[in-house]
Amino acid sequence: GLFVWHLKKTGVRQVPCQFVHLCRAANDRLITFQYFNFLKRMYVTQYNKDLSQRAKPKSDSVASPFHETQQLDREKKVIHKIRPISPVHQPLSETSNRNELREMKSAAEIGGSAARLRAESKEDRQWKEMKLQLDDLPGILARLSKIKLTALVVCTASAGFAMAPVPFDLTCFLLASLGTGLASCAANSINQFFEVPFDSNMNRTKNRPLVRGQISPLLAVCFAASCGVPGIALLTLGVNPLTGALGAFNIFLYTCCYTPMKRMSIANTWVGAVVGAIPPVMGWTAATGSLDAGALLLGGILYSWQFPHFNALSWGLREDYSRGGYCMMSVTHPGLCRRVALRHCLALIGLSTVAPVLDITTWTFPIISLPINLYISYLGFRFYRDADRSSSRKLFFCSLWHLPMLLLVMFSCKKSFLEKEEKGDLLSGNHGRAMEIRLP
Amino acid sequence: PPAHSCNDWIGPPDKYSNLRPVIFYVPKDESPLERRLREMRQETQAWNQQFWAKQNVAFQQEKEEFIYSRLKAKGLEVRDETGQKATLNAEEMADFYKDFLSKNFRKHMHYNRDWYKRNFTITFLMGQVALMRALTWLRWKKKDVGN
Repeated sequence: GLFVWHLKKTGVRQVPCQFVHLCRAANDRLITFQYFNFLKRMYVTQYNKDLSQRAKPKSDSVASPFHETQQLDREKKVIHKIRPISPVHQPLSETSNRNELREMKSAAEIGGSAARLRAESKEDRQWKEMKLQLDDLPGILARLSKIKLTALVVCTASAGFAMAPVPFDLTCFLLASLGTGLASCAANSINQFFEVPFDSNMNRTKNRPLVRGQISPLLAVCFAASCGVPGIALLTLGVNPLTGALGAFNIFLYTCCYTPMKRMSIANTWVGAVVGAIPPVMGWTAATGSLDAGALLLGGILYSWQFPHFNALSWGLREDYSRGGYCMMSVTHPGLCRRVALRHCLALIGLSTVAPVLDITTWTFPIISLPINLYISYLGFRFYRDADRSSSRKLFFCSLWHLPMLLLVMFSCKKSFLEKEEKGDLLSGNHGRAMEIRLP
Repeated sequence: PPAHSCNDWIGPPDKYSNLRPVIFYVPKDESPLERRLREMRQETQAWNQQFWAKQNVAFQQEKEEFIYSRLKAKGLEVRDETGQKATLNAEEMADFYKDFLSKNFRKHMHYNRDWYKRNFTITFLMGQVALMRALTWLRWKKKDVGN
């Protein structure tokens, strides 16, 4: 796989006065310095010809906050589209740190995007006819189904499929990916259907299609049904019943357990972590047809990953959560929030070590993955100790590249089933042949 | 919205509730079912508006009070030399957020339950109306073909 890192750092310290003024004016409306913060660093990774963007977590809930259209084929397009991805939004009034503010908004491009956003916000203030515009429909449906998040989910499912110790079956792989994608679209649409008034009140989610009245709730439900039913049917009939059952269960877990629970108890985070862990398990069961230890391990890795990812993100959203009535650890049990994040960073190290024991990967995997696991654990520890905005941001951003990298390393250290049969040499001659067969 | 329009119109977010108001179109030949749907949507809109406006205003107010009391406790002024309002950092505000959330928990529970009920009812009614309109249109088409 290829890695493309696109790092944008703001190095400028000085900010012209009118620029700050411009940003303040823009901030009244939609964006805050947090937005620019996230523009600071964008990561694009290319993994096995899939393009996976990590921009926002699925929660908020699991939510992911994504606005614009997406097409994940071309990297360039991806870079441009990543920009408007909604990250954490917070009212400017909360932050007292003007220095931080100056630091964030210095890049020249930001001036341009601020102007663009101001124009967008002006358009937002107009009255719009509630008529379904057919040419907007693809974009609207993409946002309704949180297409970027869906793409990530499909990537993790593909990773599960790829890691399974069976010969690669392209048809099965495509059917499983499509089915998972459709199931994810359905789940996300229902989630948005349930959360309209709450989404309106949170900065991160207030531009969703149902909130803006671009689509009626009835249509959203019909869309969800028309994605979910074929998706699950495809998985059950085209792949195997176990994968179909897991898909249906995951939809149920996300829409009927996680979404209502977000407003009832902090336990929602654990449920959400399970929701995130199931897709790779589905990928594995699609390939092998059974729930092996390997599937559970992959699920476990993704389960543990959710915590540093989400807890770090939610740290910056406390005001919106509190006002909107969401029960999140970061608001009610901040100490627990950070402890859990750290705990699961360390768990990732443990889980990576178990992989070779279960014959999923060679012993090079825990060794190669140790640096990145240690790094995220270090950031988790900093977050635990410092409990401030900057450490939470660092941890969140780290989680964005950590997962694709971990999965990539895992895949490259995969123990080929051929190698397992000829228990002889693990790394030399056979490796080359095994590699050929492994890669599609 | 223009007078000749036959659709609902949705406006910009309300200043207090952040919800977007909808102006509903009343067709001349509105059926009882359609009227029920429209009235339900109007009522829900008003109910939602009231809840969130109250909620957000209370939040802002309590937040100001909290900041004021904390600043006082620290011996600082509400406004510094340049006339800007002094604010507390995120960690200090965390206590307030936690407090506000727990105080409003029961209110949110009731609201959630009501909201889910209303949402389902409205969507179900929408489905019924859509079905009814489709059947009417089919019947009209058949009559048209017959003629």
